[in-house]
Amino acid sequence: MKKGILINIAKALLLARWRQTLVAAIGVTFSITMFVTLLGFMNGLNDLLDGLILNRTPHIKLYNDIKPNANQPIKNAAAYKEKYHFIQSIKSDANKQAIYNSQAIMNSLKKDERVVGFTQKLTAQVFFINGTTDITGVLNGVNAPEEIKLFHFNDYVVAGNAADLEKESNTIILGKSLAEKLLVNLGDVIQLSTARGDRFQLKVVGYFQSGLKDIDMVQSFASIHTVQKIMNKPNSFVTELDVKLKDINLSIPTAKEYAQLYQTDAEDIQTANAQFETGSSVRSIISYAVGITLLIVAGFGIYNILNMMIFEKMDSIAILKATGFSGKDVKSIFMYIAMSIGFFGGLAGLLFGFILSSIIDQIPFVTAALPTVKTFPINYSIIFYIIGISFSLITTYFAGWFPARKASKIDPVVIIRGK
Amino acid sequence: MSQKILEAKNITKYFEDPVKVQVLNDINFSINKGEFVSLTGKSGCGKSTLLYVLSTMDTDYEGSIYIDQDEMPKNDEGYLAKIRNEKIGFVFQFHYLLNEFDVLNNVMLPGLKLNKYSKEKIEHRAYEKLKLLGIEHLALKKANQLSGGEKQRVAIARALINDPHIIMGDEPTGNLDKKNSDLVFDIFKKLAHEYNQTLLIVTHDPSFADRTDRIIKMEDGKIIS
Repeated sequence: MKKGILINIAKALLLARWRQTLVAAIGVTFSITMFVTLLGFMNGLNDLLDGLILNRTPHIKLYNDIKPNANQPIKNAAAYKEKYHFIQSIKSDANKQAIYNSQAIMNSLKKDERVVGFTQKLTAQVFFINGTTDITGVLNGVNAPEEIKLFHFNDYVVAGNAADLEKESNTIILGKSLAEKLLVNLGDVIQLSTARGDRFQLKVVGYFQSGLKDIDMVQSFASIHTVQKIMNKPNSFVTELDVKLKDINLSIPTAKEYAQLYQTDAEDIQTANAQFETGSSVRSIISYAVGITLLIVAGFGIYNILNMMIFEKMDSIAILKATGFSGKDVKSIFMYIAMSIGFFGGLAGLLFGFILSSIIDQIPFVTAALPTVKTFPINYSIIFYIIGISFSLITTYFAGWFPARKASKIDPVVIIRGK
Repeated sequence: MSQKILEAKNITKYFEDPVKVQVLNDINFSINKGEFVSLTGKSGCGKSTLLYVLSTMDTDYEGSIYIDQDEMPKNDEGYLAKIRNEKIGFVFQFHYLLNEFDVLNNVMLPGLKLNKYSKEKIEHRAYEKLKLLGIEHLALKKANQLSGGEKQRVAIARALINDPHIIMGDEPTGNLDKKNSDLVFDIFKKLAHEYNQTLLIVTHDPSFADRTDRIIKMEDGKIIS
């Protein structure tokens, strides 16, 4: 009841100067609109670019790097244990490219609580035979269903179906640029030869487009068994295990743990793509900074208008105080005015922000680099809307607080006698 | 029947700016219930200053004020606001209505603030007060559509809405023509004599003062009679 009357007075004062009020509210609306749109757009882009790399990159990659053995035989010789070793002409050891005891590692990964899933991978260097010229390429043996599930493999297969790799034997998916070079269509059979010289014929069931032309020029995919067969290797032969974790932030410690546990090299996504994260956060910071700047400007608008209103309404404030409204009540009245400008302006801002985002979302954005994207990406996360409305309320609160305090301090005697 | 509604004890006040000047000098008096008192004196004698001190709006004074036998504190702004709301009604020279509201809401405002009755009851009471002053037909007009005399009567209705112990007026007829002044005076008189309402009116108009029940005359910050 008591609050009701203060709100009524605030409403009357607001409506009496509705043009000013509208201008103030439009200021807030505009800044919130831009804030929400900007953040949505920026984060949409971030997600897109993250998706480009992060979705396809395993959180932890287990593999055996081609490098010299750290334990050279002389280390084990007791006679030279305390000595400094000079060893010359060390060669990298390439024979152990396969992950040793891969079946046991896979069983252990399956039981690991932190792991969403993993896929095996096998990489072979091959030559695609194209008439008289050979084109070098990389043939990746993948477990297609798992790859689709964990690393969105299907998003990048622009023609055909990735799942066909498992359904039919001796099939291959070619990088789009590679297919163009080889002049093959879906259903055609291509010939490739391994480094050892063995020749195989594979049927093309799809094209793959990653968005990075260098990759599309050399990469191709076949089922893991096909590649094992081509390489003449047993069923347990895999060169890489790609692990996807439940929490990407655990990738660094988990990678370290796996390297120890499985005696392989383990690369985590954060180390591999550190610069990527930086880019994303810088973009976010810029959009927040712009949004907050807009809001502060709007806040000054509200501050000005409230100050003016108080100046105009001195008489009303004096009479309110004379008839028993305390300074606190007067302050509340002006706070209600400020907060309602912030609230309704902010709410309209969220609505317009959503509309503007939807419009941007409809603008065509076609690029060969991004096969899955047809329009500008927008992130509609509710978080931005919550932040937007909170910022608008906080800004208007502070913008209103100083004028409201001034109003509460007005001495009615000075005004009433001053006439 | 001599219930003291308002009592001033040793009221002394200085204006500090620009030089220290004593405006009120040891003022003592009291007003009983139902009295119609006018406070007169020459311009600058301190009568308005005294009224604002008595009204609790100006707390920068020495001495003590009792309203309804309670001493007024000097630094409890919220409590004083409540006292003004409940126990004092004001009528000023300039009418000070809220132009954003219609007449009825202007009258109801202090009542709603007091929150003693329901909204319907307050509205009913506001109509009664307006009727008492003969302006109930103006109830739904905006405050800025009224004439000066009408506005002053609305201000009186507003002063009456919470049945205050005392109505204080600062030159309430100072800005009105003869006819409206008489009208306002008649209303005050009717309130005092028929409704036993206590009134303390500051005026420099001798013809107004002469017709009241009691005249307090001031000169140079002192009461002389």
